[in-house]
Order: sequence, then C-alpha cells, then structure tokens
Amino acid sequence: MQIPYTVMARPDTGVYNAKAGIWLFLASEVMLFGALFTSYILLRVGAPTWPHGYEELNVPLATLNTAILITSSVTMVMSWASLMMKNFKRYKLFMALTILCGLIFLIVKGFEYEHKFAAGHFPSTSNFFAVYFTLTGLHGLHVIGGMIVNAYLWGPGSKMWKTDPQRFTNRVEVAGLYWHFVDLVWIFLFPSLYLL
Amino acid sequence: MSIDAHARVHAPTVLSHPPAQHAELGFWRKYVFSTDHKVIGIQYTLTALLFLLFGFTLMMMMRWQLARPGEPFPTLQFVVPLAAIGAIVVLISGFRPKVGTVVGVLLLVFAAFVYWVASGEERMPDGVMLPEFYNQLGAMHGTIMVFLGVVPLAVGGFGNYIMPLQIGAIDMAFPKINMMSYWTFFLGGVTMLISFFVPGGAANSGWTSYAPLSVIATAGQTVWLIGMVLLITSSLLGSVNFITTIVQLRTRGLSFFRLPFFVWAQFVTSFLLLLAFPPLEAAGIMQLMDRIAGTSFFMPAGLIVSGQIQPNAGGGSPLLWQHLFWFLAHPEVYVLILPAMGIVAEVIANNTRKPIWGYKSMVYSIIFLGFMSFVVWAHHMFMTGMGTAISAFFQATTMIISIPSVIILSCLFISLYGGSIRFNTPMLFALAFLPMFGIGGLTGLPLGLASSDIHLHDTYYVIGHFHYVVAPGTLFALFAGIYYWFPKITGRRLNETLGKIHFFGSFVCMNFIFFPMLIQGLAGVSRRLYDGGQQYAHAQGVLYLNEVMSVAAWVMAGFQFVFIFNLFWSARRGKEAGENPWEATTLDWAATPTPPVPHGNFEKIPEVYRGPYEYSLPNQAKDYAPQNELTEA
Repeated sequence: MQIPYTVMARPDTGVYNAKAGIWLFLASEVMLFGALFTSYILLRVGAPTWPHGYEELNVPLATLNTAILITSSVTMVMSWASLMMKNFKRYKLFMALTILCGLIFLIVKGFEYEHKFAAGHFPSTSNFFAVYFTLTGLHGLHVIGGMIVNAYLWGPGSKMWKTDPQRFTNRVEVAGLYWHFVDLVWIFLFPSLYLL
Repeated sequence: MSIDAHARVHAPTVLSHPPAQHAELGFWRKYVFSTDHKVIGIQYTLTALLFLLFGFTLMMMMRWQLARPGEPFPTLQFVVPLAAIGAIVVLISGFRPKVGTVVGVLLLVFAAFVYWVASGEERMPDGVMLPEFYNQLGAMHGTIMVFLGVVPLAVGGFGNYIMPLQIGAIDMAFPKINMMSYWTFFLGGVTMLISFFVPGGAANSGWTSYAPLSVIATAGQTVWLIGMVLLITSSLLGSVNFITTIVQLRTRGLSFFRLPFFVWAQFVTSFLLLLAFPPLEAAGIMQLMDRIAGTSFFMPAGLIVSGQIQPNAGGGSPLLWQHLFWFLAHPEVYVLILPAMGIVAEVIANNTRKPIWGYKSMVYSIIFLGFMSFVVWAHHMFMTGMGTAISAFFQATTMIISIPSVIILSCLFISLYGGSIRFNTPMLFALAFLPMFGIGGLTGLPLGLASSDIHLHDTYYVIGHFHYVVAPGTLFALFAGIYYWFPKITGRRLNETLGKIHFFGSFVCMNFIFFPMLIQGLAGVSRRLYDGGQQYAHAQGVLYLNEVMSVAAWVMAGFQFVFIFNLFWSARRGKEAGENPWEATTLDWAATPTPPVPHGNFEKIPEVYRGPYEYSLPNQAKDYAPQNELTEA
C-alpha cells in the first residue's frame, strides 16, 4: 500500500503531502509563539516598570548568536540545493555545518544562562526574566528538536538517498522549512527581548 | 505478489489490485500499534466512550451530593451496576482476548475505582463527600468530557474512520503520525487519571483552571497541565493529518463542493484545533512555569493565601490566563459541535431520501463559523471588568456568529420538509439533535449580551445552556453516528428495539436533567456550589429540582447500559447488514465493502462523478445515485 503524493506533488494543489503538513504545523507554531509574544506585550504594557533588554542582557553575545543562526539557515538551504544538484558529499558537508551552527548557538545560549544564574537572575526574579527564560527556553527546545531531525537526516536517515533520492530531498526540504521557522522566531526574539 | 510491485505507485487510480494481500501483520502491529486509520478510529472511539462513561460516573457522584448534601454515599448502588455491566460485556464477548473483553474488564476497573474513591478518608470520611473532593470531581468531569470524551470521539473516532472512506483515500496522509496521535492522547488520558492518586487529589480549579487559584492549587494541577500538553500535542498531530488528507488525498473527481458535509465539518474542525490549541499550550507552559519555576505570569503582587503572602515576585495578570484559555476554549465549543452537525447532515440526507437543502450555504456557513469562532472568546469574560468597549465588540461578534449556526440548523430543518422519512434509530437521534441544539443555541443568546449576562453569569443557567449544546446536542449526534456507521465497522446492525429504548429513555432523561438547570439559574443559583445552594435564601424555591435532576441522571445511566449491551451483543449476534444497508450515496457506503478492506479500504479506487446527496432522482430504477456511479442520463 502506497499513500499517493508522498513523493510527487499533487497536480492541482502543487505540493506533496509532507510539505502541506509542515506548513500547517508551522501555522500552529506561529499561534504558539504568537500567544507568547502577545502575553509578553500585555505584561510589559501593564507593568509599572520594565527594564530595557540591553540593560539586563548580553547584546554582543546575542548578536553573535543571531549571526550563527542565520548562517545555519544559509547552510541548510545549501544542503538541500546540493541534493537537488545530486551532490551527496556536499549535502553531508552543509548539513554537518548546519548542525554545528545549532550546537554553537546552544553553547553560547548556555553561557548566557549561566551568567544570569550566577548573577542571581532566575525566572522567578521578575516578569522580565520570566518572559526571557520561557521564550528563549522554548526556542532552545525547538533548536534541539531541529538538530535531532537534522542529525537523523545527516546520519542513519541519509541511507534513503540510495533507495529514494526524491523522497529524501523532500525530507531535507521539509526539515529546512522548520529550521528556517526556528531561525525566524529568533529574529523576532532578538530585538524584542534584547534591544527594546 | 510482492510489496515492491506497489512501491512506485503514486497516482491513486493506478492501484487496481486489492492491497490486502500484503504479508499479515502480527498481533501488536495489527490491533495495538496499528497505522491503519480504521483501527485507530476504533481505538479512539472505544477509549473516548470509556472516558465518557467515566466522566458521567464522576458526575453521578456529584449529583448524589447535590441531591442529598451531607448524606453518606451509597457506594454499593453505584459499584454493583457498573460491575454488573462490565461482567455482562465480558460474558457476551467471551473470555478470549477480544475488544469486548478488554472493555468489560475496564468497566470492572471503573467499578473498583468508584469503590476506592468512596472508601477514602481524605475524600469521603464516613461516606460524606468533602468539598475539596467535590471540586476535584467538577474539574475532572469537565476536563474528561471535553478533552477525553467528546472531541476524541467526534474527531479522532468518527473523523479517522469515516473521513478517508468518504474521500476515497486508502489511508490518512501520515499513518505513523496518526498512530502517534492516538498514543499521545492515550498517555494524556492516563496522566489525567493518575492525577487522582497524587497527594491532594486531582485538579480542583475547574476545567477552566483560572489563575491565581490554579497556581496555588495542589499537585494535581501540575499533573493536569502535563496531561493537557500531551492532549494538545495529540490534537495538533491529528489536525495536521486531517487537513493534509482532505486537501491531498481526495480521489479523482471529488472536488471540494462534492465533499460530503461531514468531511467539510471535519475540515473546519481541524483548522480550529490546529490554530486555537497552541495558545492554550503557551498558557499551559506559563502556568507550569508559575507553579514549578516560581514565575508570576498570572500572579498579582502581594497575594495573601490563608494569611500568608505568596512568595511570587508579582506583576502578572490573572486576566491573561482567561484570555488565553478562552481563545482556545471558545473555538473548542465549535470543535464539539461542528462534527456533530456533519454527522446529522449525513443521517438526515440519507433518511429523508432527499438532497440536503442548501448544501452550499451550509458549507459557506461552516467556514464562516470557523473564522468567527476566533473572535468571540471574551464573551466568557463580561464580568471581569475588562471595559464596556471590549464587551460591546465581543457582544456584537457573538450575535454575528449565531447567524451561520442558524443557517445550518434551518437548512437541516427544511431538508425534512416533504421527505418520506425513515424513522430508524440513527434518524431519531439526528432529529432529536435539531431541537436540543436549538434550545442550547437560543439559551446562549442572553449569555452573549453583556447586560443580561450580569444576572446569568456563573449560574446554573450557564450549565444548562452549554449542556444542552453538548449533551443532548453533540452526544445525540454522536449516538446517531454510532448507530449509522456501526454496520460499516462490524458488518452487523445494532438492534433497533434496544436502540429505540436507548433513544427515548435518554431523550426524556436529558431534558429532566438540563431543563431544571435553566430554571435554577434564572432564580440565581450559582454553579459550583458544593451543597447545591442550600445555604442561600433565594435558592430555596428551586432546591427540590436538585433531586429531580439527580434521579434523571441515574435513570439515564440505566439507559446507557442498554446501549453498552446493544453495542457488544449486536457485534456478535446482530442482523447482518449487507453491503449498503442504508442505501447511501457517499463513498464510505457505496464504494467500499462492508467492512472495508483491512489495509487500503477499497477493492478498486473509486472515481467520483456527482455530488454527495443525489437521492430521489427522477426516472431512475433506484432512488439514489452513489457518488462513484456513472449513470447514463
């Protein structure tokens, strides 16, 4: 039994199943982060005092992290493009770089967290830090999730390249869409938490 | 024939061999961790029905307390019937490991659970229910009925089993995700049940879990939140799958305006689940942070509980929780009602032997309903002091959203006109749905207007209103669906006589349970009162109704036992149904064998040539034209 349109796009909708699925999933993710951002705005607007992000947080490190994550989005696209050009070796390289960038991002984030804890700033300290830790923590979980998927596609999952190259390319494309979304969330998080 | 022969088949019409000839799957893959949408649909259905009975049992215990406040609980009168029906189901199904046996054993476990609950000193010392435990029952009744009962039955059960058949798909778009969705739901359900056993008992802040009460509540609330996160994940996986399936896997010729209304209902419902649930997930995460990490998203500064200032830093907003909660929970109301409307449309078209009147306006209405359900949530919050301008806005949108509901209901009513109606059990339930949902909807209008809501807010009137929508409304539609599609699943019909006893009994009892609530509410009796209002002077005149409602609830339980018996007895001894017992036009009946081919549903992938409800065609040999039938004009 083979489900139709797992590999090829359905002519009248123009997408294969997984692509339709990932866009729907991302729509729900928009609602998830949208609700959190809205809560952040409501709490901040309603608070008598609210510190500026740049007074409490480490802007240079976050800028570095932004650059790292954007780089990883570029390498993610490159890995998919390599598959489209049937260059499996280059795919391996770029996917490895994507995972590496994710890892560096998390390590930098870990340093930031550690500094905050060392300075006695915990989620319970104030609503500013509650928002900061919840939003960046949830984003970090999304990064970890994406890295697990990417690591699978780099390692054991990449065997599919030999049996069903088109479907494998699709998988990388779908993982890429998710990865770009995670990147995009950070691009919203960075200014609204660190710079405002 | 090897599996490889099919491996490269992409277009549905190429698949001409019966796909059932694959290697047989083992027991676990076939019945437990199955990826077949039909098995998953049955898993969802049975689990949800068990949870419905469980939620109903919790409510029957509450009704004892309301009818006879402070009197010892008659444990045996509750435990013995439950154990008896469990034993009967086991006996009917035989002692081999069959579905019925599993269900029967679970019913026995229920009975044991009720016994355990009633004998606990921290819940019911000397059989008298403590207020704290009453609160647990209330919160868990709501949670279980909504998130573990009705939605999984309407969407997970019916949607999974019927929708792919109706669109001519061999399975859901993502079968493995479908399986994950069920097992995540199952884990969420188990988590909710476990919460009864943690210190302090289950969640007791109502199914709405309003902050700050829920933030300072006992450990059961944390378990509740974890359970909710699992349930939300499950419905997220499910809704992505449903929408993708409907968009991608419709068979050749099945355009959107040829979809049966049931599929449309599932489609819109899935969008509501997809987009409305994540904000509650966000809120759940924030409440978990409040409870575990000590943040104060929902905690105001300087809150004093039992004479002690709470340690939170403060600055949070309890109202924020309500906004996020109702942003989910109002679309959730439509998640409860839309699949029910879909089922009723199918049953009515089939049994009036007429096309649905105004199919297109119903489709546009249901889409509009879906959109509007996202902008009415704050009508649950008129009394929170959020300001008259906002109230006016939400009152206006609330009045607007009643229009599409009325259109759908009117179309269904008009569909009856001039039909030669077959009064079988599914049709009786579907017909009863119309006025019952009508009462539920119309009693909602005074609640949606900010000024009349001042009197009615948080009274039994609210309870009466939404139960009319969900209990004799949605549940009757779901019963209609069970009686209608049972032959598809088992190849046998449910017994009609028992079905009619079940219907008329439930119909009378439902009204004796819920109509008095409207009367009590108009008299001003508040909801969530542990003693049913005994300590209030204004409630004295309507207190006698508490006993009426409770007796009706217990009698109704008896009629549900008739249904349970019918379900398992007819599965083995019922009348053989044949291929298309209702002479229906939709693909689920017309194009698949009964029961469908285990993997792949169809012997030949159907092609669709016409709309969904072509009944009573003039100048034809038979009075219906199936969607997959190409008739010469």
